[in-house]
Amino acid sequence: MAVKTRRYSARDVTILVIGLGVAIVVNVGLIWGPTLASVGLSGTDWNGIGPIEWIGGENYADLAGEYPPFWSAVRNNVLWLGFLGLIATPFGLFCAVLLDRRLRLSRVYQSALYMPVVLSLAVVGFIAQLVYSSDYGVLNAVTGLTVDWLGDRSINIWVVMVAAGWRHVGYVMIIYLAGLKAVDPALKEAAAIDGASESQTFFRVVFPTLRPINVIVLVITVIEALRAFDIVYAINRGRNGLELLSVLVTENIVGEASRIGFGSAIAVILLAISLGFIVTYLSQLFREER
Amino acid sequence: MNQRMPISRRNLLLGAAATFGVPAVLAGCGSDQPATPGKASGNSLGTVTIGSNASDEVPKKSLASVLESFTSAQVKINTVDHNTFQENINRYLRGTPEDVFTWFAGYRMQFFAEQGLATDISDVWREIGGDYTPAFKAASTGSDGKQYFVPFTYYPWAVFYRKSLWAEKGYEPPATLDEFTALARKMKADGLIPVAFADKDGWPAMGTFDIINMRTNGYDFHISLMAGKESWTDPRVRQVFDTWRGLMEFHQPAALGRTWQEAAQSLQQKKTGMYLLGMFVAQQFPESERDDIDFFTFPEINPAYGTDSIDAPIDGYMISAKAKNVEGAKALLKHLAQGASQNIATKLDPGTLAASSKADTSGYSALQKRGAELVSKASHIAQFLDRDTRPDFASTVMIPSLQSFVGAPNEIDSLLAGIEKQKANIFR
Repeated sequence: MAVKTRRYSARDVTILVIGLGVAIVVNVGLIWGPTLASVGLSGTDWNGIGPIEWIGGENYADLAGEYPPFWSAVRNNVLWLGFLGLIATPFGLFCAVLLDRRLRLSRVYQSALYMPVVLSLAVVGFIAQLVYSSDYGVLNAVTGLTVDWLGDRSINIWVVMVAAGWRHVGYVMIIYLAGLKAVDPALKEAAAIDGASESQTFFRVVFPTLRPINVIVLVITVIEALRAFDIVYAINRGRNGLELLSVLVTENIVGEASRIGFGSAIAVILLAISLGFIVTYLSQLFREER
Repeated sequence: MNQRMPISRRNLLLGAAATFGVPAVLAGCGSDQPATPGKASGNSLGTVTIGSNASDEVPKKSLASVLESFTSAQVKINTVDHNTFQENINRYLRGTPEDVFTWFAGYRMQFFAEQGLATDISDVWREIGGDYTPAFKAASTGSDGKQYFVPFTYYPWAVFYRKSLWAEKGYEPPATLDEFTALARKMKADGLIPVAFADKDGWPAMGTFDIINMRTNGYDFHISLMAGKESWTDPRVRQVFDTWRGLMEFHQPAALGRTWQEAAQSLQQKKTGMYLLGMFVAQQFPESERDDIDFFTFPEINPAYGTDSIDAPIDGYMISAKAKNVEGAKALLKHLAQGASQNIATKLDPGTLAASSKADTSGYSALQKRGAELVSKASHIAQFLDRDTRPDFASTVMIPSLQSFVGAPNEIDSLLAGIEKQKANIFR
């Protein structure tokens, strides 16, 4: 038999153990450990100090049935995802397409649209307050309205999403712009020669070639929607119409409240939602590779 | 290229380790500063550490000045941002707390004392007890009857107004709810917004709830409601919200988008007629206009209780259970309990009053004198909703609920039923 059995030297083994071992320890300790701990704690009543008391699914029942901010947060997270996915992202693509046509001053527009991306969402939150504050805000001062943009719970989520979208548009635009620059001009020429109209060229030829970019943008949009936190926290600590799941987790666990079991239950719900997207995305990805 | 791989990977791991190490280092941060350098001589009790939430300029300065005259031990202050300190108090007290820490009286103190996170200081109280009224002693006593807290300063809640505006319009402080409503109506007719109001931060509305509840149902009911012993669907609670709803038309609209500072400024600018808030409202007035501020206690609603109760939250100091230098910490608390120490603070911060009865009130501003008089007349002193009940109930149930009431004052029944259900989940 000419098959050479591969032998690992002591050095190889050490490197393997250290290299793989550390990775596994870090992975289990920082990702799987806390995740499973959260799932475990979500079935308990614990204030962080006293004894841990097992109460089964009661936290989930309380959450769904008796905790008004919860449904409001679910609704807001869904709205957030819908707004970013259906309005901000397409608008970013639209801007990218316009800028790709080498308009005059396109660099200026490009910088103007991209500028908000360098701001942290918390900063965007502060800017939003300067604009929307009912007594001192720019918007009411300029238009002469007396709308309580941030305090009225039927409108505040919308104006905050506009502020968050302001940033998201620039982000998406720059990614698509890079993608569009990479599209082979020969494709467009060929389409033009075949008599395709502008919109046909875009939707039938250019857009399909952007597929990898679309996937990235989709993932970014979902992540942005689920992790939204800082902007509402900066505005009113995520209360009164601006509830988000991420805020409720923090509010219950991190604050003085320390309802660790209850907060963990909310975190588990957020995890389940995120897993839904991750599993869909990964299975899509693996199917293609096959 | 391949040979260099392990090195870069190792560096990566090192980098990762460094990253994970950072929070631990950060946790140890804060502005450590020896408050009394050069006072090392004569200190027999070593070093006492203080965890302070006095991150704002004035309280920070006043604590530092108070400690200058403390010579029996060296003091090291660790100042942490006010809100951060409060939110991390659980972890802080279980971790490596300083010997002495700033905290609040009432249920919020009892909560941590019950968990065994505070040191019993009944022996300190045997010495300083004579300097405090029984109400202060009660607010410093845990549910086991021992003392855990030394009151330092406090501030009463009342309805504030500008004397000049009231004199100009001929308004008189109301004594009953009917007079209050009549006054508000008159202000409205004069083009003023009668009652300044803000609840963006979630807690100011608690003050309104507290006072209407105490005026309607009395102090004992209020405290027992806060302790989770009464039902929120009780008609007596409903009565409170009904009364409040009746007053909402006189409150500044769009309150949920406004901070208390903005509401206080509207009072200062004479756009609003009066404002129910703590005495710290004075901070929003320029120094030259502070003498123009006056107040009256919220008017009587139920003659059985008159105006016998007010909110007057007490700030003070406790010793953590893990304190390393208990002797020094107790000496420091005795120092802080002295009227003279508290006078330094009340001089620097005009929005506070000294807790000790031995404090010298001759240096008080007119407003402080009136405040002290108000408190001495009250037979019951409540600590404010978020200090009189469990912290988790206050922050995760009461803040959203009161905000929802302010936003939609007509849906009282469903709101109260919701609070009652959530209360049952928390007070189990």
